[in-house]
Amino acid sequence: MASMFTRVLSGRNTAVIMAGLGAGTLVSSYIMMTESGVSAGEKKKLYPPSADYPDLRKHNNCLASALTPAVYGQLRDKLTPNNWSLDQCIQTGVDNPGHPFIKTVGMVAGDEESYEVFAEIFNPVIKDRHNGYDPTTMKHPTDLDSSKITSGMFDENYVLSSRVRTGRSIRGLSLPPACTRAERREVERVVVQGLSGLKDDLAGKYYSLTEMTEQEQQQLIDDHFLFDKPVSPLLTCAGMARDWPDARGIWHNNEKTFLIWINEEDHTRVISMEKGGNMKRVFERFCRGLKEVERLIQERGWEFMWNERLGYILTCPSNLGTGLRAGVHVRLPLLSKDSRFNKILDNLRLQKRGTGGVDTAAVGDTFDISNLDRLGKSEVELVQCVIDGVNYLIDCEKKLEKSQDISIPPPVAQSKK
Amino acid sequence: MPFGNTHNNFKLNYSVEDEFPDLTKHNNHMAKVLTKEMYAKLRDKQTPTGFTVDDVIQTGVDNPGHPFIMTVGCVAGDEESYEVFKDLLDPVISDRHGGYKATDKHKTDLNFENLKGGDDLDPNYVLSSRVRTGRSIKGYALPPHNSRGERRAVEKLSVEALNSLDGEFKGKYYPLKSMTDAEQEQLIADHFLFDKPVSPLLLGAGMARDWPDARGIWHNENKTFLVWVNEEDHLRVISMQKGGNMKEVFKRFCVGLQRIEEIFKKHNHGFMWNEHLGFILTCPSNLGTGLRGGVHVKLPKLSTHAKFEEILNRLRLQKRGTGGVDTASVGGVFDISNADRIGSSEVDQVQCVVDGVKLMVEMEKKLEKGESIDSMIPAQKAPPL
Repeated sequence: MASMFTRVLSGRNTAVIMAGLGAGTLVSSYIMMTESGVSAGEKKKLYPPSADYPDLRKHNNCLASALTPAVYGQLRDKLTPNNWSLDQCIQTGVDNPGHPFIKTVGMVAGDEESYEVFAEIFNPVIKDRHNGYDPTTMKHPTDLDSSKITSGMFDENYVLSSRVRTGRSIRGLSLPPACTRAERREVERVVVQGLSGLKDDLAGKYYSLTEMTEQEQQQLIDDHFLFDKPVSPLLTCAGMARDWPDARGIWHNNEKTFLIWINEEDHTRVISMEKGGNMKRVFERFCRGLKEVERLIQERGWEFMWNERLGYILTCPSNLGTGLRAGVHVRLPLLSKDSRFNKILDNLRLQKRGTGGVDTAAVGDTFDISNLDRLGKSEVELVQCVIDGVNYLIDCEKKLEKSQDISIPPPVAQSKK
Repeated sequence: MPFGNTHNNFKLNYSVEDEFPDLTKHNNHMAKVLTKEMYAKLRDKQTPTGFTVDDVIQTGVDNPGHPFIMTVGCVAGDEESYEVFKDLLDPVISDRHGGYKATDKHKTDLNFENLKGGDDLDPNYVLSSRVRTGRSIKGYALPPHNSRGERRAVEKLSVEALNSLDGEFKGKYYPLKSMTDAEQEQLIADHFLFDKPVSPLLLGAGMARDWPDARGIWHNENKTFLVWVNEEDHLRVISMQKGGNMKEVFKRFCVGLQRIEEIFKKHNHGFMWNEHLGFILTCPSNLGTGLRGGVHVKLPKLSTHAKFEEILNRLRLQKRGTGGVDTASVGGVFDISNADRIGSSEVDQVQCVVDGVKLMVEMEKKLEKGESIDSMIPAQKAPPL
């Protein structure tokens, strides 16, 4: 494994030098040019960036808000060391104009270096999505010390389940929009090998999508663990569903409280969950599990993508920083009908979703309530925010049950340092 | 993806074993043909515009196919794809087109005067007649691979060429991204409007990128000659009218195509064509003539006859529902068209449709009278070449 890693590194270094010499032109022309037809490098010169500039006039996403012809002109011919281009980063945003009410991000990274090479467009997009977080001046705090959490036990008359999820990327391998089949299989190998070292309450088993039996599939569906081939055009246009279901799979511990998705929208998605309201325990397992997995892959010379400006590096800029979504399924029959509900959520920096997850509607009076922020605040801060916020919501619900009045809380400080 | 080796050389750091796609559950022409040895030989190649073997096969890897329907599973990104990846594409073409060999030559004949008959199909049965084909403009990458700049250049050139047509061909261009609601309604009512592709076969090949940029519909005032710009191919050209006068439809088709071609040639961007593959299109299934000539015809009795399928096979014809490919027939009305695309000319293929449909209408009439059609069952037509 480590020797593959060094080989990969040296391959990339060569490409870095070549890319540095003449943007994409040299890199593409150092492969054979046949006599018929025009080479890729020459082709590019026939079409100035203005000819290729996307028509974003009807678009409503962070990419469209930030991209200008000048920035496109500067970045179009650049390539990351893995030969990933700007057009490939933005294809999903060009293909999906967005919704007047929901502002999607509109671009993805193909590798860790995308955030660097295309910083001129990623930085304003990150700023837009993450409440003014400026990667050029700010640092992101990482804190996975779950002992700092207080009041992490909810009233189970209201909270039905608790869950914390994040993502992790394996440094040195391209991300889902860009990865080759071999890289994707490498991610699977590295992670599954690491997970096989987990013990005690974390010990578990891997179910590859290509090899699982009918029975295993049914069980995973019943447990609500199975993920499907993405159908959202936001994901398919970014190339994340290529070669499905090759090298995709689900790992979970025997107790079904710690779950990892491999090669879905990110290299890994890590989920800790359980029925009931013990968020502190969920988060404790989350932190412990993550640290264990990290230690196990480091033993073999691998590590997670992370830096002090952007925190954990994931495919979508919306998941940078902590990549963390901590949430509960909570019953709020009275509060959810109160006209102040949305304002209360806003001020608590919380977000509501239906119990089917993102872009679903609530069923009955049960909502999925989770943190809005991802970047600029640590994991501990965000989970504490959810705990304090949900406790406040339950308090409101109880007050309304007794026909007492509730008040809108003051806004929680935004993630600015 | 346009203009790059798209990560290709980086892949070469990994072994063939590691990169080879898992095709064990696949049923398409690409999966039947591609071997590890072939993949090993082709993986470090690319066309001059940077299209690689993985780009060619991605749609086939992502769409395992159907146990009953054999899809092609690969596309070309430019004219040179058929040359650089001939080790893969020639056997795929052979499988798809009835054994067409790498050394075979294709005949092009767009001389409408060579068509015999075709003006006397009974309009009580033949409701409409239509001929379509595709054309690719030399010097530009194809829909799976072209950049926005290239696609716009194809649109610009096509619109210029089409707007210069006169007489029965005089018409107007409706770009998808700026048509008015009224224009859109009219195009839908005329059954001219095409939508963003939803088929994963097309999406997996990258053909819907940047939709609806540089896509549009051109048609003449009479609504009998229609061109789709930048849908699945650079151009799709359609001649159609109600009734059974296929001769007239084919004449308009040939004349219109030749006029357009002259204008493109003047700009040094003629159509992609060679004597082995005929007209070059994105999907290998449309090589040769790229022609589908067909009618909507009422055959309620014949279509329920036990020998219907066999008759179609022998006549080298294919049936579809009136909604086009992958639809069912409604009210006994079928879309009947030629099954072959390569190895026989445009005239040959339309002749096949004209003769075959004429025969089937006569059979239908016989069955209406309660008579047997056994003596009319045709001999097997020889395949092309």
